[in-house]
Amino acid sequence: MASGRRPEHQAPPEVFYNEDEARKYTSNSRMIEIQVQLSQRSVELLNLPEDKPCFLLDIGFDCLILDSTDVAIEREVEGDLFHHDAGQGLYFKPGTFDGCVSISALQWLCNADKKGHNPVKRLYKFFSSLYSCLSRGSRAVFQFYPENPQQVELITMQAMKAGFTGGLVVDYPNSTRAKKIFLCLFAGVVMDKLPKGLGTEETNNEQNTVQYSGQRQRTKVKRGKSIKNTKNWIKEKKERRRRQGK
Amino acid sequence: MDLKLVGSGEEEVSNVVVNEVDFNPEFISRMIPKVGRSEGLPAEVIPDYENDEEFLKKVHHVLLEVQVEEGSLVCPETGRKFPIKNGIPNMLLNEDEV
Ligand SMILES: C[S@@+](CC[C@H](N)C(=O)[O-])C[C@H]1O[C@@H](n2cnc3c(N)ncnc32)[C@H](O)[C@@H]1O
Repeated sequence: MASGRRPEHQAPPEVFYNEDEARKYTSNSRMIEIQVQLSQRSVELLNLPEDKPCFLLDIGFDCLILDSTDVAIEREVEGDLFHHDAGQGLYFKPGTFDGCVSISALQWLCNADKKGHNPVKRLYKFFSSLYSCLSRGSRAVFQFYPENPQQVELITMQAMKAGFTGGLVVDYPNSTRAKKIFLCLFAGVVMDKLPKGLGTEETNNEQNTVQYSGQRQRTKVKRGKSIKNTKNWIKEKKERRRRQGK
Repeated sequence: MDLKLVGSGEEEVSNVVVNEVDFNPEFISRMIPKVGRSEGLPAEVIPDYENDEEFLKKVHHVLLEVQVEEGSLVCPETGRKFPIKNGIPNMLLNEDEV
């Protein structure tokens, strides 16, 4: 993301993520590794209960929009896929999911790709419908690439308006290359404290989280449990891929 | 509103594939209150289903293993059809439907 033009400025997602671009996400091992790490970190931030199996929603899972479906199928998924534009709102029963993750997709919703697209309205529709289909007390974690502070503001404002609390968690804020931004949202009345960003061992623990609303509660947040399994997980995934001849 | 699963045109749903998926009784038990009634599922949820392995296995099979490759999901109220292609339902709305 550091160089070149941002994908959102080049074309609408269904055009940009054509078969070639989508294939990068399924065949370029460096890209896979980055995306896998981001998913793992996001799932960690979801802080799922360990004692029960969970049902999760992944927004912008693959380069799915329109006709890149064959690419999605190549990547083995446990679960069901469906083809949708998040800006049109989600239509699931209330409380269906135990959590939501989304990797490198949210910034797309700040775009107006079609005539009549209004990013504020689309973001609000998305967040409010997401809020309703999440179970109370669950979280939604979005790793994303905001273009500028105004975009962060735009996105968080609509999320808060839709009823979420939470804010930004920034991993490795002092590294231009490793820095990653997560919007961590809580659905429900109880305000959790935001998890800390990685690579932020400084004493000032307010530095790398931006809390957006509600009063702070003195709940303990389990730290640590970092991304220790990541390496193995990727290795396994790659081996599986190799076995399948990909 | 629960969408209804139908085939294309007059036909039944076509290309139904069955993939084996690991059975997790706890997951299935948690899913049962979340899904609507539909054809293929046992008509009534039996009491104490959490402990009825045979029942849970049936639900597991329908929910996770049976995959419709081609067909449609239909809204019973408006008749709007959402086509299923390669096993993936297309839920995109036209701009005038949003
Ligand atoms: C950079 S890719 C990331 C893909 C995948 N999450 C990963 O980590 O490999 C961004 C994805 O966001 C999806 N996307 C963009 N706009 C979207 C929208 N309005 N609704 C749903 N998905 C969208 C694109 O189709 C694309 O698959």
